[in-house]
Amino acid sequence: MSGLADELQVIKPVKLSINGVSKTFREGVVETHALDNVTLNVDEGEFVCLVGPSGCGKSTLLNMIAGLEFPDQGSIMSDGRMVTEPGRDRMVMFQEAALFPWLDVVGNVMFGLKLKPNLNNKERREVAQFYIQLVGLAKYSRSNIHELSGGMRQRVALARSLAPNPRVLLMDEPFASLDAMTREQLYGDLQEIWAARKKTIVFVTHNVREAACLGDRVVLFSPHPGRIREQFLIDLPRPRDINSPSLAAHATEITKALKSHREEQAEVAE
Amino acid sequence: MKRFFHAVLFFVALIFAWHYLRETMVSTKRWSPVLVPDPLSVWQYLRSAAEDRTLFEALWVTVKRLLLGYFIGVVMGVPLGLVTARFKWAGDTIGVLGLGLQTLPSVCWVPLALLWFGQTEGAMLFVVIMGTLWSVQISTDSGVRNVPPIYQRAAQTMGSRGLHTWIKVNLPASLPFIVSGIKQGWAFAWRSLMAAEIYVTVLTGFGLGFLLHNGRELGAMDQVVGIMLVIVVIGLLADKILFSPWERFLHRRWGTVKS
Repeated sequence: MSGLADELQVIKPVKLSINGVSKTFREGVVETHALDNVTLNVDEGEFVCLVGPSGCGKSTLLNMIAGLEFPDQGSIMSDGRMVTEPGRDRMVMFQEAALFPWLDVVGNVMFGLKLKPNLNNKERREVAQFYIQLVGLAKYSRSNIHELSGGMRQRVALARSLAPNPRVLLMDEPFASLDAMTREQLYGDLQEIWAARKKTIVFVTHNVREAACLGDRVVLFSPHPGRIREQFLIDLPRPRDINSPSLAAHATEITKALKSHREEQAEVAE
Repeated sequence: MKRFFHAVLFFVALIFAWHYLRETMVSTKRWSPVLVPDPLSVWQYLRSAAEDRTLFEALWVTVKRLLLGYFIGVVMGVPLGLVTARFKWAGDTIGVLGLGLQTLPSVCWVPLALLWFGQTEGAMLFVVIMGTLWSVQISTDSGVRNVPPIYQRAAQTMGSRGLHTWIKVNLPASLPFIVSGIKQGWAFAWRSLMAAEIYVTVLTGFGLGFLLHNGRELGAMDQVVGIMLVIVVIGLLADKILFSPWERFLHRRWGTVKS
């Protein structure tokens, strides 16, 4: 019984530090300088959004924190320890739900839990049900993936990444392919879940308004090579409504900065 | 229920059409009564063959060869496909070999099998295994290669590694390919076994193919047609018993089109 209680407790989120990270991809003769000397600290329980045009290396950085890719130079520390491989303390939610079609909803959420030796199957099922309920899909736990809408699939993916009780949640444009109504609902739900489960979240998006709505801090990247250009603190009260005017003001400020960087680069190119 | 009724109606009509067509053609002396048997005499042959048990003995000999060979072929083919997909060296060697051998009609193995194993069960098994193995290996291989890389990445972040990823992610993710491969393997195995049984007499057991061949030699067309019907029925049953459960699973989970 204590296993289950331990499993479901709210654990301390973790601090991430990214120190002077560079990464170059080579494809044939073409070299892409995805990241150039990026340094960024994320506090315990902070919600940070990475924003920038495509090719600015924000997804690469997220994959590195996940331990799916590795920097050429620099280091990434999670809770003071170097990231050398993927781990359940840092769960990733991908743009496509990446759910497994051969499992039903519960099966998907339990996949990560099955790899935790300290739980028995009954406890795993209960933990899975807890998170399925948290994302509002209690009625669908035995559904097949192909029967769910895009928004519901992303909810399952969220439940699946929350289930192993990670200390960091890494989200790579998770709502990009959803319609506006579904997205707005998920903004609200994600903020609630974040408040309840206290995770450190790194959220990659190209949607400035989304970033301003969700983030404590918005980090603006510029491409070729990928660098951090500017950071914005969003000190609005939560839960935030994506349509509120004060939020729009922040979004406008960030968009302006994004545009001015783009113009700068265009001038350099000429 | 309505579909069942349609099927029954169709086959009853077919039998009647066969009977009356034969009747007319034989009475006008256009068909030889020996070469075209009446459905009734086919039925009588099947009943007498069932009564003196030759039919069941032949059926058992054939089905045993088929299931055993097929089982070995699948059990070898799936891991072999995983290996050729996983290791480049295996794909460049065994993979190429498999591709080559799969293009060989599996009845072509019969002369070789006879020289190697003699007129024995071993020869029959060998032919069935060769018919199954390569199509299962190739479909497993291409199934694994078509697994979206994001599945593996997602599994890794949840703590899956090495063998666990292979058994719990790559294998089930390739299931649609594997099922179509084992179905194709079944078709190859069944055809090659029938060809082999008709082609050679194996003294350790007389299968359906032997009865078919025997019927031709005796000029007993009721036997020939009767055995052909039995072979068709086995094919249909195998499809329903062996593959339908898998296909239903695929349909339920993946939401693919119902057959």
